[in-house]
Amino acid sequence: MTGYDGISFDDRMETVEFRVAERAHIVVDSDVCRSCTTKACVTACPANLFAPTSDGGILFNYEQCFECGTCYQVCNAEGALTWTYPDGGHGVVFRHG
Amino acid sequence: MTDVIVVGAGPAGSAAALLAARDGLDVVLLERGPFPGSKNAYGGVVYGRVLDEVLPNWWDEVPVQRWVTRRSTMVLTEGRALTVDFRSTDWGKAPYNGCTTFRADFDSWLAGKAVEAGAQLVTSTVATGLVVEGDRVVGVRTDRSDGDLRAPLVIAADGVKSFLAKEAVLLPRTQAKHLTLGVKEVLSLPREVIDERFGVRGNEGVDVEILGCTRGIPGGGFVYTNRDSISVGVVVSVEHLAAAKVRAEDLVADLKAHPAVAPWVEGADLKEYTAHLIPEGGYDHLPPLSTPGMLVTGDAAGLCLAAGIWLEGVNFAIGSGLEAGRHARRIIETRDEKPYRAALEETFVLQDHKRLRGAPGVVLSERVQQQYPGLIADLVQGLFTVTNPTAKPGVVKLLRAAAKNNGVKLRHLMTDGLRGGKVFR
Repeated sequence: MTGYDGISFDDRMETVEFRVAERAHIVVDSDVCRSCTTKACVTACPANLFAPTSDGGILFNYEQCFECGTCYQVCNAEGALTWTYPDGGHGVVFRHG
Repeated sequence: MTDVIVVGAGPAGSAAALLAARDGLDVVLLERGPFPGSKNAYGGVVYGRVLDEVLPNWWDEVPVQRWVTRRSTMVLTEGRALTVDFRSTDWGKAPYNGCTTFRADFDSWLAGKAVEAGAQLVTSTVATGLVVEGDRVVGVRTDRSDGDLRAPLVIAADGVKSFLAKEAVLLPRTQAKHLTLGVKEVLSLPREVIDERFGVRGNEGVDVEILGCTRGIPGGGFVYTNRDSISVGVVVSVEHLAAAKVRAEDLVADLKAHPAVAPWVEGADLKEYTAHLIPEGGYDHLPPLSTPGMLVTGDAAGLCLAAGIWLEGVNFAIGSGLEAGRHARRIIETRDEKPYRAALEETFVLQDHKRLRGAPGVVLSERVQQQYPGLIADLVQGLFTVTNPTAKPGVVKLLRAAAKNNGVKLRHLMTDGLRGGKVFR
């Protein structure tokens, strides 16, 4: 998918280093998400990690996460999203932040 | 025996560790990233004068990209831009004013100063929680196999999400209302092309702050120069971004496509994309800055100044960290955290925040964000459009028309003018 400034989202994310941990630092309870009417995480996450599924749940991945925390700040369903830091030394590594 | 555990080797934590270690205390500085700054991103300028007293001639060794000698404020509407541009050669020589830098470089440099002073930096280690006895914090849990670390004082410099401050119930779990999301592209360009496009030479750099480029979502944009790249980004209210269902990178794409910005970024390659939250609630939404056994500093304490023409954070982080480190020994000895807050009240850290406490409300207000950019552009376009053979319209007539055209009542201009005057006095 190409963004309208000509950079595809994949190319954008390719510029960022991720030292992916084995343990997922984000856990989503899709059962809770099914009752969510806003699904604000889907567009608000700058890394585009959350995708709505056909049955009304949320599919997510944690590997390419900026660790900004926007998702849990906008999540309006208690218990839907559990967020911890990735294990020490893992996760995003910014060089030009 | 560890005297002080500092959590987070960003500017606040390293500043705290530096002074505590210089004071002879045994300091452990924990960093969850593989190196200091690896988790950090910011909106562009480090104002380093806060370091004068503790690191004389810091400017000779700070890992600078460019010294900001041009500072612009830009108001955009579709197809139009008004820029107020200031340049000073004073800012291009010691003691300078502000510099652009990459946080991986800057934060690592400052952490190195703390290490030189005797602090022990431990990277790739997460402080996963607090160790509490009674009502007192007595240490932190870590994700290392050796587990808990104990000390009479913990300094939380663990950034905007501060799970330590949350665990101590100093910060609410969520506070989207007082947070902004910053996203930034770093775009490669040859150094001489940057010099040419931005009208600078040598180590000189430019910082441009922009209003009116976020589709009415409260926030703003920025462009600043590094040595051989430029950084372009937007900072927007998390709450409003989510409600608008707009993707942040599309706002950056908008900004890059604007005719006032496009010539700067033309032909540049994306080098890195970053995102980070910023606490922008200001003085009225600061958390308590301590709990028994723990001090809270920097972004964890909400100490970012987002006051329109002043957008500062790293200097406030350093300023608060220095006071935490400076008073650590006394706080450990007396088991009384009050001197920390008292010290902050005596410095720019809380004085600027207090003075500008109304600024976030004004800057992020609907009229400033959605209506005034258009009003200003209409007014200026009216002033400079030569209407021959019709005679020039008067300024008052233009202002009335611009206000009407943008849905602004003259009484709004009056009240906002007075409010702005009061807030920025």
